[in-house]
Amino acid sequence: MKRKWITFGRIVRTGIVNFFRNTSLAVAAMAVMVVTLTIILLSMIVNKTLSNEIQQITEKIDVSVYLSDDIKPDQVNELRRQLESLQNVRTTEFLSKSDALEAYKRENVNNPELLQAINQTDNPLPATIRVKPIDLNKVNEIQDFLNTPRIKELQSEEASYSGDRKEAIDNISHAADTLQRIGIAGVALFAVISVLIIFNTIQMAIFNRRDEISIMRLLGANTWYIRGPFVVESIIYGIVSGLISIALIHALFVASSGTLQASSLGLLDISYAQKYFNDNFVLLLLMQLGVGMAIGAASSVIATRRYLKFKTPKK
Amino acid sequence: MILLDRVTKVYGRSTTPALDRISLHVEPKEFVIVVGQSGAGKSTLLKLLTREERQTSGKIIIGGIDYDKLKDKNIPQLRRKIGVVFQDFKLLPNRTVFENVAFALEIVGMSSHEIKHTVPKVLDIVNLKGKEKNMPMELSGGERQRVAIARAIVRQPKILIADEPTGNLDPKHAWDVIAVLEKINRYGTTVLLTTHNQEIVNKLKRRVVTIQGGKIASDRAHASYKL
Repeated sequence: MKRKWITFGRIVRTGIVNFFRNTSLAVAAMAVMVVTLTIILLSMIVNKTLSNEIQQITEKIDVSVYLSDDIKPDQVNELRRQLESLQNVRTTEFLSKSDALEAYKRENVNNPELLQAINQTDNPLPATIRVKPIDLNKVNEIQDFLNTPRIKELQSEEASYSGDRKEAIDNISHAADTLQRIGIAGVALFAVISVLIIFNTIQMAIFNRRDEISIMRLLGANTWYIRGPFVVESIIYGIVSGLISIALIHALFVASSGTLQASSLGLLDISYAQKYFNDNFVLLLLMQLGVGMAIGAASSVIATRRYLKFKTPKK
Repeated sequence: MILLDRVTKVYGRSTTPALDRISLHVEPKEFVIVVGQSGAGKSTLLKLLTREERQTSGKIIIGGIDYDKLKDKNIPQLRRKIGVVFQDFKLLPNRTVFENVAFALEIVGMSSHEIKHTVPKVLDIVNLKGKEKNMPMELSGGERQRVAIARAIVRQPKILIADEPTGNLDPKHAWDVIAVLEKINRYGTTVLLTTHNQEIVNKLKRRVVTIQGGKIASDRAHASYKL
């Protein structure tokens, strides 16, 4: 057991020493790894930010059913019960004529002329049922129900589907979808490229030291004693690259908030992205380190495999 | 200690075997010289013993280990039991004399404390005291070869295989190396030496195995040898 620890310590130490000796190779491998990890992190943050926006907007959306003034309370209750029994309805909320007026006043508190106008008339607002759908893309079911003649009689005017807002949501959903796809493709592509380059880097390192490796083999070094330092070295690539990528993203946020004073860039809510980054910093850092170390370890194990085979075919 | 029974080695698709039904038995503590011209099969024989190559047919048993039953993952263990000295030394160029010898012990997980204790003793045996901090480049051929021997014997192997250790050396240095091998043999290590240096063979007066065209041409105790 003690020997195993001594050997483990030697492997780690050799790996660290080699990391500093092979600086030019290390820089090449890490440059690619940094790009890969940065793309992974960026696409993750963008994805989170977009889905947050979609969710926020979605929550504001409802279908408003305007009721005629002569509707009776049990008719209202019956209508709500029927609406809530629909598959795509999350909740319903009833606003009486006076509730609707209060709400209207609250919403237009900065518009005294409008308030004055509305105070001078009899309450013109209809009682309303606000329906929150589960899936915005499937309001047709609700629409169909509201358009049946029996139900239509109870309404004072056409229900509102927040038409323009729905369109915005569709656009965002679509953009988010596309971005996510591009993100995944980009991540996959760069992951493959970085694995290949790390492969080459390690194979070059092995090629430079092939005599040493064959001597080690002849002296009876086992596979992990030879492979270990390469794996340690590549894991260090991963750790350093992970740290750099996190620092890069951090710098990006600092620069964007400092110079642009921008809170949003097109569809992207940068302040939310930054908040997400700051709130989940430890988790994201661990993820970057983990992914970096995994890429490094996996590629070095595979790259060393063919150099460490024993040449013993019985032929 | 070493037992070869009708061992044949054919490389690749070659039709002529490099070794052809070789049988050899070496007792513990014996000193055996293997002679033969270049291409006779000496190197192949040694490569089979260190399991760098695998025999095509026949049986090899060394120190009780049957090579047919040896798994790849146990090859390192086998090699740790056999000390090997190469004609081209095979020293690690960017490590000092001390570190080169210590390397053989690091591989087997010996503590740094034990290594510091063991290496000077072995360097003393091969008369390299005071050269611990030199790099291989700074040494003469004979000194380098003695570093290689120190590395081969530092783990106290039962068997020492020396592949033309004097091949690259001038006569004086060659004799230094041979003297060290004899000393190690006196301590109880089985030594298998290949050479084509006639003078060494004749002066050593040890068992001589002659290989010719992949076969054992003669196997005589206290023999002399003529090319």
